[in-house]
Order: sequence, then C-alpha cells, then structure tokens
Amino acid sequence: MLIRRPDPIRPSQITAEQHYLRRRDFIKATAGLSAAAIGSGLLPGCEPAATAAAPVPNPKVIPDIRKSRWSTDAAPTEYKHITTYNNFVELGDGKSAPARNADHLRTRPWTIQVSGECEAPGEIGIEDLLTRFPQEERIYRFRCVEAWGMVIPWVGLPLRDLLRRFKPTSKAKYVAFETLYDPKQLPGQRSGLYDWPYREGLRMDEAMHALTILATGLYGRELPNQNGAPIRLVVPWKYGFKSIKSIVAIRFTEHQPPATWNMLQPDEYGFYANVNPNVDHPRWSQKQHRVIGAGLFAAEEPTLMFNGYADQVAHLYGDMDLRRYF
Amino acid sequence: MSTKRPDRIVQIGKPIVFLLCLAPLAWLSWRLLSGEASANPIEVIIHDTGNWALRLLLVTLAMTPLRRLTGRAWLIRFRRMLGLFSFFYASLHLTAYLWLDQRFRWNEIIDDIMQRPYITVGVAAILLMTPLAVTSTRGWIKRLGPRWKTLHRLVYPIAILGILHYWWLVKADWREPALYAGILSLLLLARLPTPSWQRPRDSTARA
Repeated sequence: MLIRRPDPIRPSQITAEQHYLRRRDFIKATAGLSAAAIGSGLLPGCEPAATAAAPVPNPKVIPDIRKSRWSTDAAPTEYKHITTYNNFVELGDGKSAPARNADHLRTRPWTIQVSGECEAPGEIGIEDLLTRFPQEERIYRFRCVEAWGMVIPWVGLPLRDLLRRFKPTSKAKYVAFETLYDPKQLPGQRSGLYDWPYREGLRMDEAMHALTILATGLYGRELPNQNGAPIRLVVPWKYGFKSIKSIVAIRFTEHQPPATWNMLQPDEYGFYANVNPNVDHPRWSQKQHRVIGAGLFAAEEPTLMFNGYADQVAHLYGDMDLRRYF
Repeated sequence: MSTKRPDRIVQIGKPIVFLLCLAPLAWLSWRLLSGEASANPIEVIIHDTGNWALRLLLVTLAMTPLRRLTGRAWLIRFRRMLGLFSFFYASLHLTAYLWLDQRFRWNEIIDDIMQRPYITVGVAAILLMTPLAVTSTRGWIKRLGPRWKTLHRLVYPIAILGILHYWWLVKADWREPALYAGILSLLLLARLPTPSWQRPRDSTARA
C-alpha cells in the first residue's frame, strides 16, 4: 500500500520577512480579482484557508508595463492557481510538485543562444531582454491539451521583436526552441521517460504573429520558476504544451524541428497543436474544458476554435486539413 | 475463559482497518475544504478515489498470499471489508465521473464508453465488482454454495481491467500503473499451486 507522506516544509515555503511585510501591497494590487474569484469559489463567501502551499508572490515587479489591445477582458484566474497548478515535469510530476520544487532552478545569470538560418546569430541575456524591449501586459486565454483552461495576465514582448534582431534568412522556415538542460536544477530531467531537453517549434509565420509572445512575467511581476522563469513562449491559440518554458536556445531552421510531446506520442500530440474543439484527443473530448478555480459544481466552458483567436490566426492555416495536421 | 487470540486480533483489528480505509476519504475532504485542491477539485476527486479503489483492491488480493506466507489464518477475515472499501471508492470514482465531470450528459457518457477504451474497461471493472459486493454477505455465501467461489474469481479480471484503465489514461508517466501491474502479477503468481518438488517435506508426509 502506498501512503503519501505529507511533504516536509521546505525553506522556500516559509515566507521571508521582507515579502511578509510587503504582503499588503500584493493584496491591494490583486484585491478586486481575488474578490471575484472567491465569490465563485468552492465555498462561496469563505476566505480560502491558508495552506502550506500558498504561493509567495515573486517580489520582482516589472516596471513600465504597457497595456495591449490583444488582451481579453475575461477575469484572470487567481494568482495562486496559476502558480500552484502547473505542468512542468522538469520540476516534478503532478500539478503541485513544480511549485514545491521551484527553488532548484536558478534564473540568473541567464542567456538565450540564437542560431541557425540567420545573418546575425548571437546571444542575449535576460536583463537585456527585460530592459531593451518594452514589456506589455497580455491577458490571454490559456488552454491545456488536458481539457482545462485559465486566463493569465502575462507580461512579455512579442517574439517577432526579438527574432528580427537576428535577421532570419529566407531559408528560415521554422523556429526551434529548447528548455535548459541541467538535471541539478531541473531534477525531473533525471527521469528517462522523456528525451530531454524539452523542445518545441513553430512555423515562421506563427512565430512572427503579433499574438505570439515571450513571457517574462505574470500579474505584473517576474515569472515564478514553476511557470517557466525567466522566459517562456506563449502561443495562446495552441495547446499549452507548445508554450515551452525556461528557454535557453532558439534556432531558425529550414525543416520542421522535433517537438517533445509530438515525438513521444505522435498520434496524440501534433506539431501544430492548435486548439480545436472539432478534433478530439484520441482519449478525451476537446469540445469543452474545465475552468481552473471555478469550483466543484461549475459547468465546463465550451472550447472555441483556435481558443477564441480565430479572427487573428485562422488565415495562417488557409485550407490546411486541420484534422490531419492536428 | 478469555476469547481465543486470533478472535481478539480480528475484534480489535476490524474497527482499526475500517478507520484506516476511511482515512483517504478524510484526507481528500480536508484538501477540498481547506482550498488546497481548489484549482481543479473535480480532477483531485476523480484521481484520488480511482487510485484508492485500485490500491485497496490490491490489498484485498494480498490477504490470501499473506496468509499462506505467514500461516496466520485470521488475515482472511479482513478480506471482505477491504474488498467492500475498494468497491466504495470505485463507486465514488464512477459517481464523480458521471456527475461532476460529465454532469449526466448521457449521450456523451455513452460515446465515451463506446469510443474510449480506458473508459470502457473502467466501467466494465466497476460493473463486474457490483455482484461481488452484493453477494459478499453471509446469507449469499450460504445461498450460492460452491458457486460463490466461482463467481468471486471475477476479482482477477476486475483487477486486470482496473490497472489497464489506469495504464491507458496516463499521458506519458507509466511508472505508477506499472508498479500496480507488477504488484498484481506477484499476487497472481503467489496463487499458482506450488510444484510438488518445492513443497515442504512434511506436507507430502501428511498426504
């Protein structure tokens, strides 16, 4: 019989004094959203009890964030759900492990190597990315292939703004991305279940689309490690697994690059992975999804074509057979 | 005269085992009420109840080999309670799927059962468990006589279907279903009759 022992309290879960003292700033900043979320929560009207897993907000506030016309006006999911319900196998199995193991990952210093079919290959450090590029808030719907969804107030920069600096050539038909490979910092990489590092790719026109961003933060603060710090991809019309985390390498390629889940189970996870309610996952329906944080008795939401971004992205796929290129 | 020792063990052991079997439900309820599972409570309920149905089924199946191994016959007297608790968690699991997950949309439930093999085998396992739970009483054991034993051999296909259900639904990490499959294989192997050349001498002497 397997009995799971409660996890010992990690030093990371004890609130450092300076964060504890600033907790009211954060409460004020998110009060309106929290009130809305509590109202629709499991126990309406009740303040959710504090638990050992309650997240400490990342103290690093990103300055001068611009608003964006691409943001949805849907109410964002609570910070605690966005930061404690994660798929990031490199930091542990299950939804809550990544937040518990987040401290293994060090995000400074951090550089991204850019190479492949471009005129000016090179590298860029995270501080440059944060200071040289204007940071925008993008409140996006996020749809996981596991049929759940959130609304996430990302902060970041359009991917194309970065890519253009490296002058991709006409041979650059795709862009490939890689997560950091370091089993010491990402202990999940000791498992042989996956072919590490995590890899993903986009077609060039998808990568250059205005909606595609590199996220550096959420809720106005730098990304918590479990959400893919210090920088991750966000492609809001595709299933979440395309939005690769903790990126260290970007490569322009002529041919379609390998992608982790696609390599693992090509009949279940396509290279395109566009959100599509008309094409079911072989094992479950994609017609609707569960809303994270909505409580025990909330109805599922219908899933929209391209996750509701059809007006912006449908033209990218013309008359491509989306059942075949799922 | 005091009661016999094995009777005492069972007498004291039964309420303890009963409470232990309820512990996963208590833990699940706590996580739901404290808000710890509030991101996706339906997923937590479905995963937990399914997991404990399988674990308790394996514990149930461990009683016979454990008795053989230790010679403690009283172990078998816990088997019915363990089996019924496995069925209890399986029923919660099915109810959570039908109600919280599918919201009784019967068309889609029937589609699921027909089209998705992991649902097909899961539903089959729970349906097959039902007659075993119903006939677990003393009255039914008497009424069915030798047929009771034959009927209750269904527990082996049920366990296999249950583990298949789990194996087919995981995304990539097959380690836990593989562990369960390994344990079930050992428990089934332990039921094979011991070959005559391996039997202890004294048992041949008695024959």
